[in-house]
Amino acid sequence: MMLLEMAAGAYGERVAFQNGEETLTFQELFAAAGVLAESLDDGRTRHLAMIDESSLALPISLFGASWAGIPFAPLNYRLTDSELDRLIAQLHPGRLITDPARAARLGEKIRSADGDSFVEVGSCAALMDTVRAEGATSRDPAWAMDPEDTAVLLFTSGTTGAPKAAVLRQKHLVSYVLGTVEFMSAAEDDVSLNCVPPYHIAGMAAIASSVYSGRRVVQLPNFSAESWLETARTQKITHAFVVPTMLARIIDALEGQPSADLPSLRALSYGGGKMPRAVIEKAMDLFPDCDFTNAYGLTETSSTISLLGPREHRDAVESEDEAVRQRIVSVGQPLPTIEVSIRDVHDGHELPAGEAGLIYVRGEQVSGEYRGQGSLLDEDGWFNTRDGGFLDEEGYLFLKGRMDDVIVRGGENMSPGEIEDVLLTHEVVADAAVVGVPDEQWGEAISAVIVLKPDTTASVDELQQWVKDRLRSSRTPERIEFWSELPYNETGKLLRRKVREALREGG
Amino acid sequence: MAALKAGTRLKSAVCSSELMLIVAPERDVVLTCGGAPVIDLGAEAAADAALDPEQKQGTLMGKRYTNEAGDVEILCTKPGEGGLAVDGTALEVKGAKPLPSSD
Repeated sequence: MMLLEMAAGAYGERVAFQNGEETLTFQELFAAAGVLAESLDDGRTRHLAMIDESSLALPISLFGASWAGIPFAPLNYRLTDSELDRLIAQLHPGRLITDPARAARLGEKIRSADGDSFVEVGSCAALMDTVRAEGATSRDPAWAMDPEDTAVLLFTSGTTGAPKAAVLRQKHLVSYVLGTVEFMSAAEDDVSLNCVPPYHIAGMAAIASSVYSGRRVVQLPNFSAESWLETARTQKITHAFVVPTMLARIIDALEGQPSADLPSLRALSYGGGKMPRAVIEKAMDLFPDCDFTNAYGLTETSSTISLLGPREHRDAVESEDEAVRQRIVSVGQPLPTIEVSIRDVHDGHELPAGEAGLIYVRGEQVSGEYRGQGSLLDEDGWFNTRDGGFLDEEGYLFLKGRMDDVIVRGGENMSPGEIEDVLLTHEVVADAAVVGVPDEQWGEAISAVIVLKPDTTASVDELQQWVKDRLRSSRTPERIEFWSELPYNETGKLLRRKVREALREGG
Repeated sequence: MAALKAGTRLKSAVCSSELMLIVAPERDVVLTCGGAPVIDLGAEAAADAALDPEQKQGTLMGKRYTNEAGDVEILCTKPGEGGLAVDGTALEVKGAKPLPSSD
């Protein structure tokens, strides 16, 4: 919030956010956040949730909630109503902003609750009307930031499959921004294109960083390669962030063209999943004048903790030295404000360069906290990312995949357990294992292995439909195989590693 | 003034500087700007407070200022003519390494 107040004071007339034809200047954003904060300060609202695509209401809600000192919780609009109900149940008492159709659908259930468990529902359009109304009262500008206030709650599926909320406090986000962004460092014609959904940490981080640097953000709520290219061209976009799946699609859309022909685009950063080497090398070919940056971070670390910068991208392509060439698949070096330690998976001792283990990180932006579980930082402040990896001799960090079994498909984390549970409810399924297998387009694709009950049959289509009807399309296994049994260890733990290996060998 | 707390907003008594405390010291210190103790953002400066000509290093918006011990860190939220000091020792600008944009 402090960041926005500074932006409004120093360059208030600049456009901060743009969505289609609609714009918000920094001053308008500040004023709108003040009106929202005032209305949230009703003595009973404790959360502000949003289920919607990116819109101008998004930054207003983020800063308005911050100003009111309550958490902002952007929820995944792709979730089913029943999944969303479970999340909303954790956000009482509060206010929910969503699209009119969903508001009407959810409203019935929610308004029937009373007392301390109320959730009020409103739409983005109504919020915009309120904050733009003549004579709307804003919050008293004399306010203090409590660094311990929760700024953002982001739900992740985590390892157990039950949704849990990562807690990012003001101090974490402010540390991230102050440590990585220079105030007012953006040129007047700098424009970034934001196509990451609001419920992703990169979406939240982009809002805070852009406001502090003074860079205009163009929101692209529904990503397609064509709309991305079209917007980049017409809006003279200079900076953009994409997840690997998006970049792969952009490259496909440019098939047959010698270059992307986006002369204004100067910087393209990516993160949120493993980038296939073929994709990044092709992208550098198609965007020859563009600076590429790979950013690695987690929700629990307030976004980016390690960067592979433009120079290293070029060096990797041009160098004869295999160690330097390899760095294109690394996530670069830790930020100056972040420490990284690689530890042995079994006994936790620190490992030397070149040896793979668990990645631990430490720094002021690292939260490592889940609601209801407290801080997962150890007594010295280290956070176990549960990602595997190693550092090379020069301190470049290489990832070796999740040490637990979360599947990362197209930047979206999903728990195999959730999908297995659904498969197991089918009457012919005796046992099920779901794993991620490497996939050029999605990073990981979902594969399921099914053990059928004796004397039963089921088609792949039928089981895929079963999952699709109960979860959602992105969680539907792309591939299903039938085995006579699944591999377990002596303590009854499913050996997912063996399942993955067998699937990989089977092609 | 009362115990300093991270997140507290302060201003100079003698120039236009406005500040936010990012890291608060766990000891009693006197934080000055332009030679005069800083005051709460909402407070009225004494009429006779004057800028010490020896302490006109100035504050720059968006810069963080810190001491050698690293237990004080202050963000300048509005610039001014005065320089920041803790117990009479001038604070230094906390250097930020320029990083490529990652979001």
